[in-house]
Amino acid sequence: MISGRRRTRIRNSALAYVMILPAFVIFMIFVFYPLVKTFYLGMYRVPPFPGLPQKYVGLSQYSSVLSHSEFLTPLWDSTLYVLFTVPAGIILGLGIAVLAHRHLAGIRIFRTIFSSTIATSVAVASVIFFTLLDPTTGLFSYWIGQRGGVGILGNPTWALPAVATVSIWQNLGFAFILMSAALNSVPDDLLDAAAVDGASGTRRFFRITVPLISPTLFFAMIIGVISGFQAFGQIDLLTQGGPDGHTNVLLYQIYTVFFTNADTGTSSVMAVALFVILVLLTIAQFLLVQRKVFYADKR
Amino acid sequence: MRTSVRTALRYVFLIIIALVVLFPIYIAVVNSLLSGQQIAHRPPTLFPLHPLWNSFSLAWSFGHLGTYLRTSVIVSVLTTLAALTTSVLAAYAFAFLEFPLKRIMFSLCLATLMVPAEVTIIPNFRTIQILGWYNTYPALIIPFAASGIGIFLLRQSFRQLPRELHDAAVLDGYGHWRFLVRVVLPLNRAMIGAFAIFAFLSSWNQYLWPLLVTNSDSHRTVQVGLRQLEGLNPDQQNIVLAGTILAALPIFLILFIFQRQLVRGLTAGAVKG
Repeated sequence: MISGRRRTRIRNSALAYVMILPAFVIFMIFVFYPLVKTFYLGMYRVPPFPGLPQKYVGLSQYSSVLSHSEFLTPLWDSTLYVLFTVPAGIILGLGIAVLAHRHLAGIRIFRTIFSSTIATSVAVASVIFFTLLDPTTGLFSYWIGQRGGVGILGNPTWALPAVATVSIWQNLGFAFILMSAALNSVPDDLLDAAAVDGASGTRRFFRITVPLISPTLFFAMIIGVISGFQAFGQIDLLTQGGPDGHTNVLLYQIYTVFFTNADTGTSSVMAVALFVILVLLTIAQFLLVQRKVFYADKR
Repeated sequence: MRTSVRTALRYVFLIIIALVVLFPIYIAVVNSLLSGQQIAHRPPTLFPLHPLWNSFSLAWSFGHLGTYLRTSVIVSVLTTLAALTTSVLAAYAFAFLEFPLKRIMFSLCLATLMVPAEVTIIPNFRTIQILGWYNTYPALIIPFAASGIGIFLLRQSFRQLPRELHDAAVLDGYGHWRFLVRVVLPLNRAMIGAFAIFAFLSSWNQYLWPLLVTNSDSHRTVQVGLRQLEGLNPDQQNIVLAGTILAALPIFLILFIFQRQLVRGLTAGAVKG
């Protein structure tokens, strides 16, 4: 005979499994299975002609793809893209947040304006800048004295910085909100005390404000790098990886190799590489968040 | 005297930055109200003296923005509702029930946060084809109908409810479902609302996945629809920009409506800090 308490426990366990089942079915089909499958697909070489059977080549495909320029060049382009977007985005966001931090008449209007780009999606921002950079009708092209030709987005040197600029603009609202919140958390009495002690504004900023908001700065850096490696829409809408592969970032290369070349083997190897890069960055982020909690407890 | 000069300088900087930030949006609005020839005209028109509004109706019908927006609204609303439902249920189990393998299963939920959707597109695309979901709403909704971050956030929020509330509800003869609907949901509506906004915005702004699994105008979301629109002739740029503005407008409205909640959240954090 089962006691009443034990029956309740069994019934509660059954209820719990029913409640987590919907989420777990979706996680199994669309997260865990495809993750394992991507590793697995990376071990099969896709024949150059459709219809022929795929050949098991094991890890050798990993070493051949990962050492080849078709992977290394996009990896370098992604790295450059991150280097262009992340530091500039953080410095601009912080600078504008500092400027808008003090209470002035009408400051709320400025704060709303600075946050406004958070409402634009990657696609919206990209299409707007696509028209501004159009070689014949775009306003920016006109201002820099360019008429016709391939334009900025067709220029091998300037295409990637131009795409990066679009992203910096699109993410400025978020960076501004994040940095403003961080500045709000710095206690005013600490800054006032330093001012009484004769510390200059610059000194107070670098010796008090920056160390206190450093968790937010690290957080912004990590999520900036992660989203930089996931850049796709802006490339697809502005340059399609061109000119001559100069904006062919990692995810765009994966998309092209998979979708255009139908090479699941090579694209899966690259997807696994992207996964490893992003996991390492996420772990770094978790460690930083833990440290932040630790500091807060200590205070 | 020196402080007033400083304040003036501060305003000058603020105004310059505001102009730079707003400029692309301003020009997009201006050019959407000009004709194609006027946009190409040099020197450029920086203010539309005779605005032409027909670009918006053209973008809506000829540019299919009406269809794209409808698809996006359907997909984003259903994805949000589905993710909310699965997350609330799972979060409740993790917060209030004891069962075997609980810790492992919770760790698996957290592990999904480590797997960005971009990494798994190749097998997921095949799964969609095998299920016969190419060009359908389920392809756009179901893969995102569960959310690791949603389960995590709601479980944290649920656990902050006082233990006595649960005991009192049990004494009143409440079962788990009644406790969930009558007590847990109403008391956690702030976090549920915050996650709903987050889920809606992430769904609305998706680009790569909808591009992969749809190829007809009837099931294209508005972000991918902009890609179609971008391909119009250069002399139809007013229509392209009108469509872009229509695509951005719902999000501007949502953020404007919920601005007070967002600001309140930020200032509450500031007071606590």
